Amino acid sequence: MSWDTFVNFDNFTDLVPLVQGSLVAGLILGLVAGIIGPMIHARDLSFAVHGTSELSFAGAAIALFLGYNVAHGAIVGSVLAAVLLGLLGARARERNATIGIFLPFGLGLGVLFLSLYKGRSSNKFGLLTGQIVAVDDAQLWTLVAVSAIVVLALAAMWRPLFFASVDPEVAIARGVPTRALSIAFMVVLGLTTAMAVQLVGALLVLSLLITPTSAAAQVTARPLTLAVLSVVFATISAVGGILLSLGPGLPISPYVTTVSFLIYLVCLGLGRLVRGRGFSRRLA
Amino acid sequence: MSPTHPVVHLDNACVAFGGRVLWDHLDIDISPGEFVAVLGPNGAGKTTLLRVLLGQVHLAHGIARVSGEPVRLGSRRIGYVPQHKAIDTRAAIRGRDLVGFGLDGATWGFGLPSRARTRRINEVLEEVGALGYADEAIGVLSGGEQQRLRIAQALVTKPSVLLCDEPLLSLDMANQQQVVELLDRMRREHDIAVLFVTHEINPIMPFVDRVIYFARGQAMVGTPDEVITTESLSRLYGSHIEVVRHQIDESHERILVFGAEEEPHHDHEHDHHHDHSEEVHLS
Repeated sequence: MSWDTFVNFDNFTDLVPLVQGSLVAGLILGLVAGIIGPMIHARDLSFAVHGTSELSFAGAAIALFLGYNVAHGAIVGSVLAAVLLGLLGARARERNATIGIFLPFGLGLGVLFLSLYKGRSSNKFGLLTGQIVAVDDAQLWTLVAVSAIVVLALAAMWRPLFFASVDPEVAIARGVPTRALSIAFMVVLGLTTAMAVQLVGALLVLSLLITPTSAAAQVTARPLTLAVLSVVFATISAVGGILLSLGPGLPISPYVTTVSFLIYLVCLGLGRLVRGRGFSRRLA
Repeated sequence: MSPTHPVVHLDNACVAFGGRVLWDHLDIDISPGEFVAVLGPNGAGKTTLLRVLLGQVHLAHGIARVSGEPVRLGSRRIGYVPQHKAIDTRAAIRGRDLVGFGLDGATWGFGLPSRARTRRINEVLEEVGALGYADEAIGVLSGGEQQRLRIAQALVTKPSVLLCDEPLLSLDMANQQQVVELLDRMRREHDIAVLFVTHEINPIMPFVDRVIYFARGQAMVGTPDEVITTESLSRLYGSHIEVVRHQIDESHERILVFGAEEEPHHDHEHDHHHDHSEEVHLS
């Protein structure tokens, strides 16, 4: 087994037009993931994203088994999970226990219904590890519509949500409706997760929603720069991952996760380096 | 604001939760620039008073007004300074972002940077002496520095009253002193009333004009000399309370209250390291 097995660009120019739909989907998903990332980071919701994606997987698996639209199943599952998590535990510690309870249950349900499903087995594997090989127009439009809703909702609630995330006490004193915002955000997060599940699969959602922002946070403390970098990193991961997977003909998800992980490592190193030189005298 | 309007007006105010009265018959008019300490044992309703003024808790009966208007959520006439709490070091925000939240954090939308916004934030950062570290990530700042930023955040809307909920808690003595002096300077320069909830009267004693003392469902209002006495507090608590004003020298004094539900000064009684920072300047 040679290096070529993992990285090659054989017939690259011929293959790219075939996956145009996937590339557009990857680009949109990268954008949305990058925009919502800083908020997940500020609200410390990494584990909730994981839990939500498992329930999204369960929803998709049930939809597949019953013959409904898989995307709709994924959305129903993750939005339900996200709202439930939003309602249950305001405090991180309680929330994490709740997630730990829901996560295996969702995963179990998903596995059960996938086993019951009699159709093509590539569909089964796809829900866990990504299946955006050939995106049809209908799927693309669903993605565009849901992404537009997510971005508009986030833009509208950005400031009070950010305020409520990092400084809840004063936000409440300033009249920010923190509870309503928390639930609204979980719905938006659920929608985003459901979209991401279809590209990289339930197990690897974190690499698009968490890693890019964590990488950006290593090199900046400015909220605007953080958002911009996180969008850039998430988009590079999604699109770059798709392109790299073409030649070897392997699944997309390992490439997406590897690209996003490498970006994180580079930022981690850069952050250490710059801080050591006095970028911030406090962190030196 | 016309001079006939007190900044804070409470008339026969009562707070009750599920039929149980927390406190009742609170009357006070607080003038611009006045420094009022809110005292009393745990659970007596000190923080609840702040929440009434913030519009978060409704009165069972009585009247509560801020700047002549009925209390409401999110008033820009009020600045709120919470307890010092370590802010998560991962949060990618700087001091100036925290102050910016005070200005327009409750406004919908994304919020684009503007020159007027930056100017106002710099102005207030300069006033509290926090400009030097306003661009550092907030998690790496000391407790005293973070509380300065908190005060800037509360001042940024040019409020007429500051509500402070134990802002000195978990700060060391030197930082406590600096934060109180900053609050004192701000209220004098801008004619802002200060309502200061605390367990520990001594660090703020030199600056206090009046106190509200909550105990046993009642509220006693007056100057420290009127309220913090053996007679007044014994009457308020309905049991014998001993107030000792410990004269250290001609101009320094420490107040000790014995027999209340809790003895706020117990912690420091045997702590000789802090002897002098506990002193009260009577000038």
